[in-house]
Amino acid sequence: MSRSLKKGPYVDERLLAKVERQQRTGHRAPIRTWSRDCTVVPDFIGHTFEIHNGKIFMKLFVTEDMVGHKLGEFAPTRIFRGHSGARSKAAAAGPGPGGGK
Amino acid sequence: MPRILGVDLPNDKPTHISLRYIYGIGPTTSLQVCAKAKVDPQRRAKDLNEDEISRIAAILDREYTVEGPLRRQVQQNIARLRDIGCYRGLRHRRGLPVRGQRTRTNARTRKGPRKTVAGKKGVKELRG
Repeated sequence: MSRSLKKGPYVDERLLAKVERQQRTGHRAPIRTWSRDCTVVPDFIGHTFEIHNGKIFMKLFVTEDMVGHKLGEFAPTRIFRGHSGARSKAAAAGPGPGGGK
Repeated sequence: MPRILGVDLPNDKPTHISLRYIYGIGPTTSLQVCAKAKVDPQRRAKDLNEDEISRIAAILDREYTVEGPLRRQVQQNIARLRDIGCYRGLRHRRGLPVRGQRTRTNARTRKGPRKTVAGKKGVKELRG
């Protein structure tokens, strides 16, 4: 079920304010956030975020293609390290980019 | 047998069924195309004349994305998900279900044939 268009995309207001402040000052430091449910809006393009995955902050540089997705989609909360026995194969397929700690 | 869009050979079925052999044409679009081309959907595909076939082909060409271009579009959408490293992209990369289905059991369409692990509980019963 998709969100009502009337409401528009959900964007964490404090996060958006931070992005706008960075845009004004031109200062580009990674923004730490726990707002995994916040939609990526075009204003975010070119900014770097550190998205909490429940344990650590995953670095993400936002590009144009990412608009419309949620921040949490880019910070996996589970890391599958393979089953015992099938060690070598699963490790190769292992954690995605930026995975692990 | 009529040929539409190169390779597709719809057969002796009613036109609206035959059109569904084209990748990207389902029940609804098939009927829409028949209506737009002013072709009786119940007529057999083999009874279509040249003019009707070219009308259908023209409509498909102009208004719908089918076959090669549609396949390419789908592949591009998946490639985009993979590139941006989002959750759906990761699931595509691993060949696992993308839309949150369970993987403890089932999910065989995405995962392919079962890979039995020796010594795992229940393996002996499966063989016996």
